[in-house]
Amino acid sequence: MNPVQPAQVVVQATSLGQTFRIGRGLLRAPALLRAVHDVSFSISAGKTLAVVGESGCGKSTLARMVALAQEPTTGALALHGVQVLGARGTALSVARRAVQMVFQNPYGSLNPRQRIGHILEAPLQINTRLAAPERRALVAQMLERVGLRAETAERYPHMFSGGQRQRIAIARALMLSPALVVADEPVSALDVSIQAQILNLLQDLQEALGLAYLFISHDLGVVRHIADEVLVMYLGNTMEQGDKNLVFEAPLHPYTQALLASTPALGRPAAPRPTRLLQGEIPSPLAPPAGCVFASRCPHATSRCHQERPALAPLHGRLIACHEAARLAASP
Amino acid sequence: MPAAAPMHPFARLLELADLQVDFPSDQGVLHAVDGLSLQLHAGEVLGIVGESGSGKSVAMMALMGLLSFPAQMRATRMQFAGQDLLHASAAQRRAITGKDMAMIFQDPMSSLNPSFTVAYQLSETLRLHLGMDARAARNHAATLLAQVGIADAASRLDAYPHQLSGGMCQRVMIAMAIACQPQLLIADEPTTALDVTVQAQILELLAQLQRTHGMAMVLISHDMGVVSQVAQRVAVMYAGQVVEVQEAGALFDAPRHPYTQALLQAMPQRSQGAKRLATIPGMVPGVADRPSGCLFAPRCAHAQTACNTPAPIHRDGGSQVRCHFPLHPLGAIA
Repeated sequence: MNPVQPAQVVVQATSLGQTFRIGRGLLRAPALLRAVHDVSFSISAGKTLAVVGESGCGKSTLARMVALAQEPTTGALALHGVQVLGARGTALSVARRAVQMVFQNPYGSLNPRQRIGHILEAPLQINTRLAAPERRALVAQMLERVGLRAETAERYPHMFSGGQRQRIAIARALMLSPALVVADEPVSALDVSIQAQILNLLQDLQEALGLAYLFISHDLGVVRHIADEVLVMYLGNTMEQGDKNLVFEAPLHPYTQALLASTPALGRPAAPRPTRLLQGEIPSPLAPPAGCVFASRCPHATSRCHQERPALAPLHGRLIACHEAARLAASP
Repeated sequence: MPAAAPMHPFARLLELADLQVDFPSDQGVLHAVDGLSLQLHAGEVLGIVGESGSGKSVAMMALMGLLSFPAQMRATRMQFAGQDLLHASAAQRRAITGKDMAMIFQDPMSSLNPSFTVAYQLSETLRLHLGMDARAARNHAATLLAQVGIADAASRLDAYPHQLSGGMCQRVMIAMAIACQPQLLIADEPTTALDVTVQAQILELLAQLQRTHGMAMVLISHDMGVVSQVAQRVAVMYAGQVVEVQEAGALFDAPRHPYTQALLQAMPQRSQGAKRLATIPGMVPGVADRPSGCLFAPRCAHAQTACNTPAPIHRDGGSQVRCHFPLHPLGAIA
């Protein structure tokens, strides 16, 4: 919202790719599963990039790579201009401090046997030389920042509701003052009213601390609310990428269009839908289509789409991987 | 636009009055469902929305007779298609459940038995309720799979659930539920575990089956968007109580209960570019802090002193609202 200030690029990902080898027994060569293929983006301080897509599209793998929890098989990743892939030892732990994660399930991501204070102090114990009283003061400060009382530190996770636990998980992610927070479906497990509280909290923290967010979600309503930029993934590939308003208001990729059309709108009468629904389901990532990965479900696919994979190219202010997009955009 | 449900008394398919489901616990009695009264006409689609723990699933499980110890159920009336379910014998209930009244569940992967083929699980229903022999049941199973949009149905008959995707499993569950042409289909979060493009397909399928078979449907969901796509009337539940029932379009445009209004305002889809979302302060009451008056009063923006007494239910035809001060007026107090 503040275009005058040149925003500082926090993370720059170039052609990130991840291929898993899936063992198929002793005598057969392992199958290769391309979870993520050639994804590039950059996020500036105070900005949110949302990655959307259906299950199995590679969005969580992408999140793990950016959070340095999983080494990409190809590509480059720079934090504040410094290459971090292949970093070892101190360089890696310094890089890791700058990126923290918030997970989907606040019930599974907090150790039930540790007090909240212990959970929040752990990152400081490992990464800093602060003395215990200083650590405790920081924990108290952070708890208040995420809207919890300082006494919370004495309690155990089971004493808190889902929304409160997600606040604790966010507090833990912020203990080391990261520049980038990777949030993998942070509100998917929460009820609507609680979800709104957590989204507000994430936005307040971003404003106050200048955080960059990589926000993974399947919920387009949430993404539309929180994102600045959107990256739409399908079967490991980027389909469309660009400014949120552009992508949501005038989607050009047939997959983005289908995704938006499939999202139930509120209060629309139960009449037959004007738009054609996507047929079929996502193909297996072990045997992706030879051409465009979306061709098997695309209503506009031509023979070229089935043979040749489209490259990501600029069109009307965003990036899009589609042979037919220019033609479709031109025809009303 | 679906026609309004006929108001003919004989067309009343389901009538629940003052349904209570309690779970005793160490901390006290949990009122999972607290005085639920609902009516459903033949061929009508009712949506039930509510946050987790609001009692929407438990209420329907009670109706299906699926609750087990330690749940305690009471009601003053539970009528389905002219039969009194409250006093039905176990055998009578079994004859209804799965035949005239069928249910599909949230997680299709775990509601199918992993050790049996699709054909086996589908024919079980057909043989039990319709008395088909093995061959007829198998043939009919293939027809059912085709009806729910499974391509190449005959070859899928011998598949095990793990060989099918989530969307396919849910289609099998739906095939099983509609196998005996039920008069009432209860769909408990049928699309929550599915991706959004598959969700759209399944909702479309349910709506289409409902129209062609003319069956009544209760669609339970936490997702207002999903409910608004399919339902004609919507019931909103909070802490075990129905706080509002209204025709779907009106409910989303002009909610009568402050909770419905607050819930709608908290949705990012409704934020309309606002930087901050509206939130509902506080939490759903638990066993220990259940208010003696209106259950929503401690979180309600419109609460007044009168709200410390239990909220009255205003009824008008198929609509109801449980509130001292409804946001929009409705008929006289019932």
